Amino acid sequence: MQIVDLEPIAVTIDITWTPIGHLDDIPRRGARCVETPKGRVAVFRTADDAVFALEDRCPHKGGPLAQGIVHGHAVTCPLHNWVISLETGGALGADEGQVKTLLVRNEGGALFLSLDTLTARAE
Amino acid sequence: MTQKLVIIGNGMAPGRMLEDLFEKAPGLYDITIFNAEPRVNYDRIMLSPVLSGEKAYEDIIIHDEAWYAYHGVTLHKGARVATIDRAARTVTAENGITASYDKLVIATGSSPIIIPVPGSDLPGVVAYRDLDDVARMLDAAKGGGRAVVIGGGLLGLEAAYGLKRQGMDVTVLHLMPTLMERQLDPAAAYLLEKALAARDITILTKADTQAIVGDGKVEGVALKDGRVLPADLVVMAVGIRPAAQLAKAVGLEVHRGIVVDDGMRTSDPAIYALGECAEHRGQCYGLVAPLYESAKVLADRLSGGQGEYQGSVTATKLKVTGVNLFSAGDFADAPDRQEIVLRDAAAGVYKRLVLKDDRIVGAVLYGDVADGPWYFDMLRRGADIGALRETLIYGQSYQGGGTHDPRAAVAALGDDAEICGCNGISKGKIVAAITAKGLTTLADVRAHTKASASCGSCTGLVEQVMALTLGDAYQPNAVEPVCGCTDLGHDEVRRLIRAKGLKTIPAVMQELEWKTSCGCAKCRPALNYYLVCDYPDAYADDYQSRFINERVHANIQKDGTYSVVPRMWGGVTSSTELRAIADVVDKFAIPMVKVTGGQRIDLLGVHKEDLPAVWADLGQAGFVSGQAYAKGLRTVKTCVGSQWCRFGTQDSTGLGIRIEKFMWGSWTPAKVKLAVSGCPRNCAEATCKDIGIICVDSGYEIHFAGAAGLDIKGTEILGTVKTEDEALEHVVALAQMYREGARYLERIYKWAKRIGYDAVRAQIMDDADRRRGYFERFVFSQKFAQVDPWSERVSGKDKHEFKPMAIIAEAAE
Repeated sequence: MQIVDLEPIAVTIDITWTPIGHLDDIPRRGARCVETPKGRVAVFRTADDAVFALEDRCPHKGGPLAQGIVHGHAVTCPLHNWVISLETGGALGADEGQVKTLLVRNEGGALFLSLDTLTARAE
Repeated sequence: MTQKLVIIGNGMAPGRMLEDLFEKAPGLYDITIFNAEPRVNYDRIMLSPVLSGEKAYEDIIIHDEAWYAYHGVTLHKGARVATIDRAARTVTAENGITASYDKLVIATGSSPIIIPVPGSDLPGVVAYRDLDDVARMLDAAKGGGRAVVIGGGLLGLEAAYGLKRQGMDVTVLHLMPTLMERQLDPAAAYLLEKALAARDITILTKADTQAIVGDGKVEGVALKDGRVLPADLVVMAVGIRPAAQLAKAVGLEVHRGIVVDDGMRTSDPAIYALGECAEHRGQCYGLVAPLYESAKVLADRLSGGQGEYQGSVTATKLKVTGVNLFSAGDFADAPDRQEIVLRDAAAGVYKRLVLKDDRIVGAVLYGDVADGPWYFDMLRRGADIGALRETLIYGQSYQGGGTHDPRAAVAALGDDAEICGCNGISKGKIVAAITAKGLTTLADVRAHTKASASCGSCTGLVEQVMALTLGDAYQPNAVEPVCGCTDLGHDEVRRLIRAKGLKTIPAVMQELEWKTSCGCAKCRPALNYYLVCDYPDAYADDYQSRFINERVHANIQKDGTYSVVPRMWGGVTSSTELRAIADVVDKFAIPMVKVTGGQRIDLLGVHKEDLPAVWADLGQAGFVSGQAYAKGLRTVKTCVGSQWCRFGTQDSTGLGIRIEKFMWGSWTPAKVKLAVSGCPRNCAEATCKDIGIICVDSGYEIHFAGAAGLDIKGTEILGTVKTEDEALEHVVALAQMYREGARYLERIYKWAKRIGYDAVRAQIMDDADRRRGYFERFVFSQKFAQVDPWSERVSGKDKHEFKPMAIIAEAAE
């Protein structure tokens, strides 16, 4: 899930932001991984410089989404070409599946990830 | 004895006449053609799309060299005829070639009219008539600059549009108050002028040219009202006149054109005239449809028939993308005529029908031209429209009770209704061809009937006829789009990349009107390959548009680990190499080591983070990437050949290694696997490879287009060469031909089947210049491609690919 202009007042005290690096560490239309105690997270940067974080695991066969080709606000899994929406974590097209999304915050290029807000949208 | 037929001119009219003649009476004549232009017969109607960059010269060739060869026609290119000796029945060209004839066809076409104002001979003033003119205009347009087009008729406007597309500032000067006054009434001309203005083309009407000014080259155009328009290029497109000088010089009857009777015969019974140079019943034609009609009559006459040409009613369409315009017949006002007009300003639609005695005599449609063929059909037949009169203007779909299904309109057409105006093809003829020959694709229908094969504007109608005839068997998307981001197929995209000189993925997407902002995982790798192939020096490889395997130079496995395959040239290794591999396996605890089908060793289960370190160790032992992950050159499998084998005829191992060292690193549309066998026992299994070589005593038999994967297919033989050097050159040239022509992910065997094995042989075996050209382009491309990607990454390239951005030890408190 993407947060563009997060005003301080909107940040609830529950959210802890962990710095993970800079926007420039990720190539446009690309992704990098962040290793966390809860598993590997893929952080995507799209052509329009939006940033998204998803669990690095395709709902189909567990493929590493960070290795896929990024296009628009979506990524194509390298194993079997499932297309996953970066905005919702949902599979696009005829496939059905859901990837967990995480909050990521971009403060003038500095990126922060919120691990404790793994937002399950499975319903 | 076979009669001799000589044709002067090699344009579309004689080309069509010959097609008709070969169909009616093949082998009846021994045929010689003199062509003043240095090339084969091409589609002159399509010059405008060539100028605008929407088509390339190759796309508009009607008859290629092979066609002339097949029909045994002698074609003298670049041979302008100087004189005809009517008594001796011989023709002599300026270059001295002479041919005698029993029957002669003059088809010299027409010449552009150059208005005789001062300065009209300055460099930078061009006509718009043939490919050389187009080349001159494209050349002038390279630097941008300003173009002035004199003449606001069909040709002038198409030239203006093309030059605008090529990036020039364009002004059109038209002498009359409204554009295309011969085809359009003032109302339609006004809409057209507006549409062109919206495309940033300046239109000046009532503009009378006084002089073209400039010192040594064109600098401007001076008008009689005193204005001077700056110009770097001036295009004269005021009209054409029949090229009848030769006929006149030898005493044939000539008025405006060469006078012919209804059998297309001139005043000399052994001589016929055809095309734009001919004048029939006082009329000279400059559009293709009537020329094709008269070509048919002439073919009939030449094969002993008694066909008569009755003259033609013509219809016009303007080939300016996005402007829909149709005009047919005569639409001048007269006391005994009535008109029906429909205007829809909001939709930009204007329709006008001119009627006389309940018959349509003229039609002008602007904006919505779907009913053009319907009106034109009634106009030609002189159909009584009395009963339809009230609703006629609403079009054909209105007649049947309000259905707006375009198919219903086509279904309602009679069998003799004309679908393709350029080629005079009726609905019935298309239906008959589909049924009799089992045609299912548009390309087939075009090949067999010529319908929509010229200007292409009736393509939609032809497709509807196909849909009606074939029902569900018709798959309109026979040209499969690259992906959902575009309607264009791979071939179109490749052609347009070259025609428009597109050099980046965003430029391709912008110019070819991609429907998505940055493509998808299907089109981006394809576009990246096409650009790498076409511009090896100038294009910056877009790694984000490559599949992960090509991005990290290893093969991703189902668990997210990678496999690593170092190159073993020709499948030959050594104890040092094997020891290095063993050490790497131990050091990185690589779980599996497997011998591949391509004679090398695969290390499976390597973690991505370890890849650069694995490569560093392998590199120390002299290994480079085996590119086992690439749409590129994979392996060259060999047998031991004459070095060891008692049956070996040549050094197959050495040749395999030589080829592999020459070709490694090259990107190709799909993977390419080679093999070299030292004798016909073929232990390297060369006859199921993309390209294979079987060594024989006398040299090297080159094979191609094999497959042993999803499909099993033995190779085709390309040909046999004598030396190793020749074998290398042929193999490399074939690979380059494939690189330039195939669709992304299309293996050689599919590509070769699609374009024809003989077409490959003709270019690689029979045409040394072409082969050399392919070879040299491959060599040039290799200068940029032969960089070991592993050592690059060991040195730090793309570091970000191989390690996490961050490691968070435990959940933050």
